[in-house]
Amino acid sequence: MALLQISEPGSKPAKPLHRLAVGIDLGTTNSLVAASSAGAVEILADDEGSHLLPSVVHYPAGLEPVVGQDALDQLTIDPANTIISAKRMLGKNLLDIQAEGDANKAATSLYQFDQNSRDGVPQILTAAGLKSPVQISADILGTLASRAESVLGGKLEGVVITVPAYFNDAQRQQTKEAAKLVGLNVLRLLNEPTAAAVAYGLDTNDQGRIIIFDLGGGTFDVSLLSLQRGVFEVLSTGGDTNLGGDDFDRVIMDWICSEAGLDQITDSKSFARLRNAAIAAKHSLTEADIVEINFENWQGALSRAQFIELSAELVKRIINTCRRVIRDASISVDEIDNIVLVGGATRMLVIREAVAEFFGKPALAEIDPDKVVAIGAGIQADVLIGNKPANDFLLLDVNPLSLGIETMGELVEKIIPRNTTIPVARDQEFTTFKEGQTAMSFHVVQGERELVSDCRSLARFELRGIPPMVAGAAKIRVKFQVDADGLLSVSAEELSTGMIAEIQVKPSFGLNADAIEEMLQSSQENALADMEARSIGEARLEAQQLIDALASAVEIDGDLLDESESLLIKAAIEKLERANTEGDSSEIRVLTEDLNRVSGNFAARRMDLHIGAALRGESIDMIESSSD
Amino acid sequence: MSISITEAAAKHVSGQLSSRGHGLGIRVGVTTTGCSGMAYVLEFVDSLEVGDFVFEEQGIKIIVDPKSLVYIDGTQMDFVKEGVNEGFEFRNPNVKGECGCGESFSV
Repeated sequence: MALLQISEPGSKPAKPLHRLAVGIDLGTTNSLVAASSAGAVEILADDEGSHLLPSVVHYPAGLEPVVGQDALDQLTIDPANTIISAKRMLGKNLLDIQAEGDANKAATSLYQFDQNSRDGVPQILTAAGLKSPVQISADILGTLASRAESVLGGKLEGVVITVPAYFNDAQRQQTKEAAKLVGLNVLRLLNEPTAAAVAYGLDTNDQGRIIIFDLGGGTFDVSLLSLQRGVFEVLSTGGDTNLGGDDFDRVIMDWICSEAGLDQITDSKSFARLRNAAIAAKHSLTEADIVEINFENWQGALSRAQFIELSAELVKRIINTCRRVIRDASISVDEIDNIVLVGGATRMLVIREAVAEFFGKPALAEIDPDKVVAIGAGIQADVLIGNKPANDFLLLDVNPLSLGIETMGELVEKIIPRNTTIPVARDQEFTTFKEGQTAMSFHVVQGERELVSDCRSLARFELRGIPPMVAGAAKIRVKFQVDADGLLSVSAEELSTGMIAEIQVKPSFGLNADAIEEMLQSSQENALADMEARSIGEARLEAQQLIDALASAVEIDGDLLDESESLLIKAAIEKLERANTEGDSSEIRVLTEDLNRVSGNFAARRMDLHIGAALRGESIDMIESSSD
Repeated sequence: MSISITEAAAKHVSGQLSSRGHGLGIRVGVTTTGCSGMAYVLEFVDSLEVGDFVFEEQGIKIIVDPKSLVYIDGTQMDFVKEGVNEGFEFRNPNVKGECGCGESFSV
């Protein structure tokens, strides 16, 4: 018996009443911060009442960095020290950024990079020293965090930051590092499309397919999400990094020029006036059918029908992208359950109408499309930090019920016990039960009871391609992993071949606090019955294993048995088989012991025979070389 | 239903409790694991859970959750030295088999 030491209790610390957590939409051009107050999630405004924080940082010599609108104002005055679109540089090295050319225009045309950092993190030379994209993002996050702390009146305990669905590991890692630099605890990174779906509460549906249509100022992204048992999965994405609301301004600007008989406008002040006139017209057309435009000495009117005609080419590109995304996922348009609009440019009626026509249903648009991602992140932050009332959908920081796997005899082997803090990963090795077994079926269950039938079934999957071996020789590692969302991934790997099968489930799906309480109570009330069930299950299993092993041994080496021994074994097997279906655990154990005894000599003779056969006729050299 | 503790074990528990500075007692429980089914859990206790049984022996509070109790009812907890190794050992009348490493047991 191994000796034990007393360990610290593994229980979670008690939670204060309300913990402060915010969601941050760290955007390429603008960033927002959202927090829940009195049940609703709201965007937090700065002292001047503005919600959007331009994602711009100005680094003056010898002074603190300036973030937001004030930094944006410096863009025309001091462009080399005013960093925009830092998000586009995250997770990339200088060579990547230069190779991107137009897609990363600000970086390649405006800034001086430290050439010594070519292979590593790009460092921009500013008046305040070298600044990496991580540092710049950190300054933006820090500004949002201090805004949140002053509005909410307390220290932030956690943040959820959104990232584009296509962000790779390096980009995600650097986003986390930026948060760490300003002392923020990242509860998790959330995909932007998922955040938008969460904002509309779509995550509480059982299942569905959701299109997130994100048309910003300069970029366009479409993501197709699949929701299964509370888990979002990105099925396909598409988009255009050079298509956005700005392009619609441009078609109006071109129209004004051609109507007014003007050539290319080169004067920057009149260009700005032209642009403002176009933007104003675009905004008016979301409500009005026709809008009057004044530019310089020219006057004219633009109707909505005309605008639709002018933007037909752009809309066609947008809809073609949607079509491609749906085709990539091999589904049809009518299988889409919801469309969520994100990004300011989706306010344009021409877009809404085109989207509704293509998908055959109107899109969800009640939440401000500029804020929807941040709101989703805020909701998620509130849930992850543990502020949700008990009856709400569960997303806890501990595993509320044990997660385990069915083993032979319909018993449950718990892999992650209840109340384990998540994220967590545990693994355990299993083996085959029958000789020559090439596949294994896994049944993932949840609950505290000992028998599979008393627990909640979560998922089943199979591992195939196990090389045939004797029972118990194969090694199969089963790994349970629960991430910060409570998402469980179970994988099974056969260690000699590396064959892997895996599955993902959300164990908290459809479980509320009452259901958990009930499951816990029943496990306590039935503790004794459960123990008996486990005991008899284990005894039966052991008996069956012995019977199976003997049956295959007799088939191969039956001639080693004399008649009386053969009869004895046969009788013992029959007795044990009967007990195995009718008897209690102690009877089965006694009879298993009996069968072991009467077959002991047979087993010993078999072993001698096979070792003898293996060695006979071989020289020592042969044996040594064959074992190499 | 009971759990008992030897004098040697009680001495070590109270020593460890006082050097830790706080704690009501120790929790003895079982969890499923390993090759033979179940393993013991031994932890300090800072707060009681609903349904916990509390046994007081030799001035030590031994706390057991109801689910574990059926597996370890009648167990005696001892403190032993084996060579350079020392630690707590359980003598559990419910145990029917132990795995080779002694890490786990079956009932």
